[in-house]
Formats: sequence, C-alpha cells, structure tokens
Amino acid sequence: MDPDSLTFIFINAALSNNFVLALFLGLCPFLGVSAKKETAWNMGLATMFVMLVSSISAFGINWLLNEFDIQFLRLICYIAVIASAVQLVEMVVKKFSPTLFRALGIFLPLITTNCAILGLALFQTFREYNFLQSLAFSLGAGVGFTIALMLMAGLREKLELAKVPTVSQGATMSLMLAGLLSLAFMGFAGLGSGHA
Amino acid sequence: MDPRPNQEETITLDTFTRGLWKENPVFVMLLGLCPVLAVTNTTMNAIAMGLATLFVLVASSTLVSLLRKLIPKQVRIASFIIIIATFVTMVDYLIQSISLDLYNALGAFIQLIVVNCVILGRAEAYASKQKVSTAIINALGMGVGFTIALLCLGVTRELLGAGTILGFQMFSVDFEPWIVMILPPGGFFVLGAWLLLFEYIKQRKEKTHLNVEGVASHGS
Repeated sequence: MDPDSLTFIFINAALSNNFVLALFLGLCPFLGVSAKKETAWNMGLATMFVMLVSSISAFGINWLLNEFDIQFLRLICYIAVIASAVQLVEMVVKKFSPTLFRALGIFLPLITTNCAILGLALFQTFREYNFLQSLAFSLGAGVGFTIALMLMAGLREKLELAKVPTVSQGATMSLMLAGLLSLAFMGFAGLGSGHA
Repeated sequence: MDPRPNQEETITLDTFTRGLWKENPVFVMLLGLCPVLAVTNTTMNAIAMGLATLFVLVASSTLVSLLRKLIPKQVRIASFIIIIATFVTMVDYLIQSISLDLYNALGAFIQLIVVNCVILGRAEAYASKQKVSTAIINALGMGVGFTIALLCLGVTRELLGAGTILGFQMFSVDFEPWIVMILPPGGFFVLGAWLLLFEYIKQRKEKTHLNVEGVASHGS
C-alpha cells in the first residue's frame, strides 16, 4: 500500500502503530480512567475531539511559523493551542452533560498533559503531512486510543471477578495486562510496515 | 502528597531523599510513565532522557519558585507550562548539538518532556509554594529518583533484550536475546515486574513487622 495514502495513515495510526500500546503515548488516562467501560468510552470521545481540533490548529500554526521562520516557538505555540482546545471541550461537556463532567473529573483538564495529543501534533509536523493526511492521522490516533482504552476497561471489569494474589493487585496487574494487549497489537505490524 | 503543603518547610535530608524512594515519581506515584516505557530500550537512551528531564525539572522548579509571588493564581497552570516549554526547547536544541544520533533515537520524546506530569506536578504541588532553595533540592531529589527508575528499566531491558549493557556484550555468544524486551510489550512487562518486586518487599516488611509486634504483645 502507498505509505502516503489516507487509508494507510489511518490504519497505521489506529492499529499497527497504536498510540498507547506501541508508542506509549497517553498512558496516564489509559491506566487512570480504564476502570469502567462507560467512562472509558466518554474519555475516548473527548480525547478524539481534542485531537481533531489540535491537529487542525497545529497544521495552521506550523504554516504560520514556517512563513515567519520562527520554528523554535513551535512547542510553546502547540501547547498553548492544546490547552485552549481542552478548555473548550471542558466548557462544552459541562454545559451538555454535567454527569459526564463529574465522572471524568480531574482527567478532563489533564487531557492537556496527555502526551498523545502533543505527540500527534509533533509527529504530523515531522512527517510533513498535508491537511487531509493530518486529518486522517488524528482520526486514526483517536480511534486507536479509544480502542485501547475500551479493551483495557473490558479486561479490567472481568478482572474484578478474578482472584488475584495480593502482591500483584492494582498497578502491577494493569501493566501486565497492558503488556499482553501490546503483544497482541504487534500482530498488526504486518499491516503497517514501512515507517514507524 | 507533601506533609505540609501550604507551609514553607525547612530543608532537611528528607527534602532530597523523599524523591529517591518514599515518593519515587515512577515506582510509587506512577507519574510520567510515557517516557519511562518509550525510551528505555537501551541504557544510553534511558540515561540521556533521565538527565534531560532532571535539567528541565530543576530549572523550571527554580523559576516557578522565584516567580511564585508574581504569577496570578488563575493563570498559574498556563504560566507553568510556558516556563517548562521554554526549558524543553533549550534541551531539545542542546541535545541536537551534542549528538545527532541520540537526538534521532529519542525522537519526539525530548519535546514531549513538556507534558511529563512529574514536572508540572512538582511545579504545582511544591515549587509554587516553597522557597527557592527548598524547591531546588526537592526537584533534584525527584529528578534523580526519576533517572534511577529509568536506569532500572533501561538496564533490565537492554540486558535481556540484546544481551548488552551500554553496548558491551554481557553474555557468551550463544545467548539468545529476548527480542520482546526491547519491543513495546517488554516495557510494560519490565515495569510490571519491578512494581511486583517492590510490592513484595513492602508486604514482607509489613508481615515481619506484624509478627514482631504479635510476639511482643503475646509476651506481655
């Protein structure tokens, strides 16, 4: 498959180079909000939305920075844009679903420090994607993040019923589970061989 | 997290050492896991990442602490992020000028230090409330603790995954490397194993402690 085609970029970001399980981006919400399937789903949607907004803005900003030849300000500009996008999402969620707002709690503002979002903006800049490719990339990354979060939440709900030795309860068990999931996702590697 | 969060504390040995073990950012607080797992496939990468984070942590804690009376409460998070981003940009260019190979190996993860929760967490929970000297010492402790954790993972993964440490061959030639250890799943497994070890030590300590207490109360 052509590595620049939109389908390839989408599948690559969602499965074979899954942001969470292959690139280790966004682990804090992955381990923090994956206890229940419902919150995981909402968190995934919120993250996907922020990813889309910040990807589009990052594309515009990068063009501006290149125009004025001030690339060294890139990092500061990106993080400022992401922080504002998160603020926007926070206001929307608070207005339309106060229950969801309470369920997500501290993790909603923490999307700002979710490395998956800044990582997405940086990767699309490094790989010099055009506008449509950036869009496909951010959608794929968002879908991949949601898939990983949902799988993890499903597994952890089942794990509630299982007998786990006291030593390995909590974070240890979650990490081992994540390791197994990551191993499974490596099976997709054949789909996206080429560039990492 | 801190014993007296809103009060300026005096410098003790604990200010430094708490970051190494009792409140180790990685093993105890589980913060900043993304770089911990992503760049620890070799020891060299782990050291470089640890030192870069240490520098940003100390520098931003110093500046935040210096400016703590000037930054209005409402915009503090944004200000912290801008301060951190400035230092990360510096480190980014610094590493690029020192070693291009290292820069390429670490990739976007140098710039992603901006969103490392350890740094923002220190700025928000500690540096913005403490004197400059205390903040620096605490940040140093946390940074060293973070570097130690990265080193633990880096050494384990390189040793098992490639049979080397810092590029030197450690086993005889017929050693079959566990490739999975340097691949993404290995990161999760090794961190899980370290946490398991620490939890085991902790529980054993509590158990012996209980036994000793039980014997003492029985005796009386």
